[in-house]
Formats: sequence, structure tokens, C-alpha cells
Amino acid sequence: MLAYITRRVLILIPTLLGVSVLVFLMLHLTPGDPAELLLGERATDSALHEIRKHLGLDKPLHVQYGMFLKRLLKGDLGETIWTRQKVWYEVKQRFPATIELSIVALGISCFFGILFGIVSATRQYSVFDYLSMVGALVGVSMPIFWLGLVFMLIFSLELGWLPLSGRLSIGIELQTITNFYILDALLTRNWAALRDVLWHIIMPAVTLSTIPTAIVARMTRSSMLEVLRQDYIKTAKAKGLSGFTVTFKHAFRNALIPVVTTIGLQFGVLLGGAILTETIFAWPGVGKWMYDAVMQRDYMVIQGGTLFIAAIFVVINLMVDVLYAVINPRISVK
Amino acid sequence: MSKRLWIGVAVLVLLTAGAALAETPKKGGTLVFGRGGDSVGLDPAYETDGNSFMICDNVFEALVAYADESTVLEPGLAESWEISDDGKTYTFHLRKGVKFHDGTDFDANAVVFSIGRMMKTPNVKFVGEGFKIPAQERPPEYWVSMEMDDTVESIEAVDPHTVVFKLKRLEAPFLANMGMDFADIISPTAFLKNPQEFLRNPVGTGPFKFVNWVKDDRITLERFDDYWDKTGGPYLDKLVFRAIPENSVRFLELKTGNINICQFPNPADIPLAKSDPNLVLAVQPGMNIGYLSFNHTKPLWQNVHLRRAVAHAINRTAIVDNIYQGLGQVAKNPIPPTMWGYNEAVPGFAYDPELAKQELEKAGYPEGKGLPEITLWSMPVPRPYNPEGLKVGVAMISDLAKVGIQARIVSYDWGTYLKRQREQPEDMDLFQLGWTGDNGDPDNFLAVLFDGLASSSVRTQWKNEEYHQLMLAGKQTIDQDKRAEIYKKAQQLIYDEVATISIAHSTVIWPHTKNVMNFKLHPTASVRMKNVWLK
Repeated sequence: MLAYITRRVLILIPTLLGVSVLVFLMLHLTPGDPAELLLGERATDSALHEIRKHLGLDKPLHVQYGMFLKRLLKGDLGETIWTRQKVWYEVKQRFPATIELSIVALGISCFFGILFGIVSATRQYSVFDYLSMVGALVGVSMPIFWLGLVFMLIFSLELGWLPLSGRLSIGIELQTITNFYILDALLTRNWAALRDVLWHIIMPAVTLSTIPTAIVARMTRSSMLEVLRQDYIKTAKAKGLSGFTVTFKHAFRNALIPVVTTIGLQFGVLLGGAILTETIFAWPGVGKWMYDAVMQRDYMVIQGGTLFIAAIFVVINLMVDVLYAVINPRISVK
Repeated sequence: MSKRLWIGVAVLVLLTAGAALAETPKKGGTLVFGRGGDSVGLDPAYETDGNSFMICDNVFEALVAYADESTVLEPGLAESWEISDDGKTYTFHLRKGVKFHDGTDFDANAVVFSIGRMMKTPNVKFVGEGFKIPAQERPPEYWVSMEMDDTVESIEAVDPHTVVFKLKRLEAPFLANMGMDFADIISPTAFLKNPQEFLRNPVGTGPFKFVNWVKDDRITLERFDDYWDKTGGPYLDKLVFRAIPENSVRFLELKTGNINICQFPNPADIPLAKSDPNLVLAVQPGMNIGYLSFNHTKPLWQNVHLRRAVAHAINRTAIVDNIYQGLGQVAKNPIPPTMWGYNEAVPGFAYDPELAKQELEKAGYPEGKGLPEITLWSMPVPRPYNPEGLKVGVAMISDLAKVGIQARIVSYDWGTYLKRQREQPEDMDLFQLGWTGDNGDPDNFLAVLFDGLASSSVRTQWKNEEYHQLMLAGKQTIDQDKRAEIYKKAQQLIYDEVATISIAHSTVIWPHTKNVMNFKLHPTASVRMKNVWLK
């Protein structure tokens, strides 16, 4: 197992290198000029020249990439074009918010997706089954933007239950240690802040989780149906085991394998969906940051941010593969 | 009059007096300002965006200040100044007893350091020990684009409270420039402690001091109790700037009272704000211009009749009513009417399709015959002076078609648009662009935008010798009344020659909650919270 993990981690390096080359080329082949965007209407020839020179944008592409790589080998993602800060510092500032939101959203997706999937599968063609599958279809096709606004109108404006946007109310003090606010509130035993943070995260997390919930539910359902048709399930039923035991002890574990893959892939969907969700809910995460960077052609942010996200992806894939082996002993990691 | 009525009147008088008394500003409270984005950085010398400057406006001060709601110059950190007869030496007498937020004293060396560090090759003199000016991390964009290196020769601290600026050339707008954000005075000791971190921990002399910054979420400032000016504010305990990117959500936050001021709401939300008894609208005509100009480098557009035909064909009133949704006024000059030197006598181009057709005929293209299809470049992004460039473009080409001019829209992503426009390419006939003023000086519009003979950076590239001479005279005349006359002539010339077609000046409307008192918008778009208080 350890050897397998080590090998997978080593494969990470060429993968990320490939990603960095691709992103770099795509960035520099698409039109747009960060210096122009930085100065806007007031750009003068001399100011543009100064900035391009300063940013190294006047050098040939391969030299620019070489500079980027040299820094990367030292563990330095460079400096952002717009904010003149270390990319790494900016990443650290924002990633916790996105990861926190994604984890909560993923938790919601897993819980409801698997629950609905199982119930639908065990009660195939029932009213519940039809309803949950129609719900899943609606969930997949729902524009996040619209849904977020509808939630706000209902739960904040009409009912006044939840805060509209942000991570923490003005006036609630929270000492940040990890920048994962839930964790920070727990660590500092700040219960008022914990309640406030949870209240803030509910709406964006539910909004973000609609698509993954629908996908997980459909996947669970079809996977469960597949397993429930197997001979060994019939045997189990023939032995007189209760429906619950058959479903959860015998069927569910085997049905879970493709579901785990789906969940792993959903993490990527979440990071993508985070752009819209973060924008609507004024959630200070990485999605909005990367989107702005693309709009502003902040090459350094896009390169650094993409690398970081790619690394997360690869790590999650690895975790999924390891989980396989845990769930199903027939699969061995070699 | 009956006794009862007398009592009624007395009560009313008392109530009114009570209301008047209640209007004395009181200290305390936290004001939350909702804005569309986060600041980029907080070192005034290096920033270029409004979201950064609005924090700098409250943390820092410059030698000169703009008056409330206008760009009239007032003493700032300098309590007085003299200008030499030749207009090339400015002597600033600094305010005494001013402290930076870190407790250090404000003096002439701080001024020399703050401004001197922006010079490409600092030519400065400190009094006493002074400071070492570190090498620039990157070019200070504003300083460079305002061509300050071509203006400032040297900066010298004569004594702890006197600074002398020597200029290379006569530059009448210099004083107005010194009131801009890039000329803010920073604490040299705080900066030198950690130059890389200063833009995250700004230290100035302003009414509010910096507390903390959660990226993309909020920046918190608090009242600076040792602020030098004891005649007014700061009144607020705390000032929080929250980034809420989505306009409609920002407005909802205002309606629920979670924020006190909402920057740039959707135009559609303005009527809702008007009808809400808990909200008040702060209104200010923007110091900006959205214009349509010609590719003056193409022979086709050397024809003044053709330019005039375009000018009279476009229905600008309809554009302002429908696309600006009323949040603007039709422009007849390229400078806003609130600016000194505005020429009221210029008639402006009337919407007159018949006149446009006549001009088209004079130009040699009767009913548009023989005129090739032209391109109209339109901006892909909303700008402060033009909410929807593409929609404005569509309205314009349909207006042009009515008089026989066939045009099509061309657009690129914003960066490419700016870059290609500068190159005045063959495939660009008309282009939309605009400008937001910096310092309230007409030179900052008229020279920067239209004097093509001065620099290849001027986006319109209109080259007119008479106009160029007017611009030079404007820069080299110190007397403001004389300058105003010069700029009035320049505006008339722009109209006569149809150098450009001024479309609109947008109006800025920010709704705020009723309990926010004394909040005023500023033409420079700066956000000044010094005298704001909460009822």
C-alpha cells in the first residue's frame, strides 16, 4: 500500500508539470494583456512599457516559462500581477473558505444523494422513486445563480432565518487560526461564532450541493439496482434475512464503489460551481478569485491557482483509489 | 388664535428645535459599506483602482485636499503654500502636531519620502538624518501615467515643516495632482519596517486607522483618536468595507440593514430604493465622460462633414433614457458641467436626421452612396461612464442606418480592445470609450483625451495645431480665470471640428440607510467618511 501511494505521489510531478505547460501556453496564446487591463483607459505608452518590463512580459515565452519553473522548483509560485503579493499568500488566504464550503456541500450531497438513491432503488417505480428522480433531474438542470437568489428571498428576506451573504456577521469576533472558520470556532470554543459560521454556510452549501446531490442520487440508485439483481442478494433474501440487513450489509457496500468514484469526481464539480456560488454569496474563496484572475489576465494567479487545484484533484483521486481497496477487498492496489 | 392652537404651535416649535438639536453629530457605531469588490492593495503610490483608493481616502491624507462635493483645493497636511512667480517652485508649509497612526510625527521628511520614492531617479533632500529610499518594487503606475517624472525636478525638506518642490516645467495642474491619492503621505518608519507588507498594513495620518483585512471579504478601520483636526469627525468607532460582488445581493443586504451604504446598485433597484422609507439616495453627477470618437488617422474621417453627419444622426437622449436608464445626462462637452471652465455656450449636437443627411451629402456621400460599411467599436464591459457599451453601439448603428450610413459592431475582450484601439487600426472607424476624472482639472480631460499632437498615447489621435497650442497655454497659465477662458475656447473648437461626439456623463447614485448622516458623494469618486455619523 505504501509503495503504491509513493508511486502515485511521484506520478503527481509529471502530471502537474504537464498541467503547468498547458495552462501557460493557453494563457499566453489567448489575447489580452494584463498591463492594459491594469492601467485601463489611462494607459500611456511609457507606463505600459514600464509595467511589461517589470513583469517580464516583454521576454520571449520560453524564457517566461523558464522563470516560472525556476521559481516553482524553489516552491515559489511567484507574485500576483494585480495585488503584488505572493501567490502562495493569496492562496492561503482563500483556500480554506472554498474547501470548507466544498466539504460541507459534499457532506450534504453524500448524505442526501445516497439516502435518496437507496430508497429509490429499494422502492423502484414507487411514487417516492419517481419524485426523487424528477427532483434529481430538476437539481441537475437548475441554474445555481437563480437558485441562490431564490433561497435568499425565501430564507433571508421572507423568513429571516439565515444571513444573506458572507462568512461571518459584522460584530462577531473570531480568532482565526486555520482560516477554516468552523474549526477555528471549535478550537477557540467560541460558540457564538460557531453558530454564526454555521448559519452562514448553510445556504451557499445547499446551493452548491444541488447538482452533486442529484448526480450521486442517480448513481446510487442505478448501482443499487444493479447489485440488488445479483444472485447472492436473492440468496440472502431466501435465507430469510431482513430487508434492512440485505440492503445495507450485503448490497450497499458493493454498490458503493461506483458511487465513491462519482463523489470523487463531484469534488471537481464543486470547485467549478464554487465560482458562481461564491460570487452570489460573497464567499471569499478561491473560485471568485480565479475567475477575477482570468478576467484580469493575472497570469501568475491562474498558473499558481490551477497548479494548486490540479494537485488537490490528483490527491483526491488517489484517496478514492485507496478507498476502493478499503471498501472492496477484491480490488487490490498494485 | 385659540389657546389650543397656540399650544400646538409651541409643541411644533419645540419638536423642530429638538430635531435640530438631534442633528449634532454623535460619536460611536459601526458603519458597514457594501461594495462590488475587494481592494487590490493599500499603498496609495501603487494602486490604480477605486476599491483600493476608497480605503486610502480614509487612512491617508495628502498635502492638499479637495473640498466636500467639489474639486476646489483646500489645505490638507499642508496648511498653506506659495507658488513662485515663474510657477516652477512650490513651497508647502506643513501642519504641526500631526501624528501618524503608529505614533510617529508627521514632518517634511515624510513628505519627501512619500513622494520621492515614486521618482524614477529620486532627486530629494531630507532635513537631518532622513531616510533611505528603497528601490522600486514596480513602477508606480499613477505617477508614471501622469508623467510626473517629466514635471518634478526635485523635492527638498527645507526644515521640519517646509517642503519645496521644484518643477522642470510650468504645469498648472500640479497642485490639483498633489491632492490625488497617489500623492498621499505615508509613515516612512512603518514602510521601512517591512516594505513588502506595507500595502497590507497601511499607516497614514487620516481620520481612520487600519485594523485588519480578510481578503475578498472585509477591511476594517477604526477611529483614530489622535487625529489632528478636532473641529469635526471622525465620529464612527468602526468602519467596515465589505465586498459583495453581486449587485442585487448587495442591494438586498442594504434593504435588510446589514450594510449601511450600497455602492453601484443595479439601475433597476433605484426605484425600489426611492420607495423604501428606510433608505436615502446619495446622488452626484459623475466627473466622467462617455464618448464616441473617430479614427482620425484614416483619410475617410478627415472629412468634417462626414463627422458632423454621424454626430447629428445619433439620438443620445434616447441612449441616456433607455440604456443609462436615466442615470446620466446627455453631454455637450467632453468635460462635466460641474467642472470649472465648462463652456455653457457650446450648443451640442442636436439629434437631427435631416441635418445629418444634408451633411452626408456635403461630405460627398448623398444618402450614404459610395460610403463603405464602417465599423463601430463597442466596449465589452460596463464602465463608470457607460453601463453597456454593446447596447449603446447597437442603438448607434440603427440611428446611423436611418440616415444611410451602414455600420457594424466590433468588440473584443477588454484588454484587447484597449490594446488594439491604441494602435488606431484600419478596421476601426468609430470607437466608444470614456474617462473618469482624477483631480477636477480640465487639463485632465481635454489634454489627456484629445491633444493627439502631444503624445501617441492620446487615444483619439486628433491632431489640431490650434488645439495643441491651447492645451500648452492651459498648462502654462497659473491664473485660473485665464485658464478657464482657454479651456472654453478648446471646447468650442472640439465642437466646431467635431473632434469627438460626447455622449453622456453618468450619474452616481448610492442608496444608504436613513441613519447614516452627512454622507456625501465626491466627484472624484473618493469615499470620505471623516464627518459621517450614525443617528
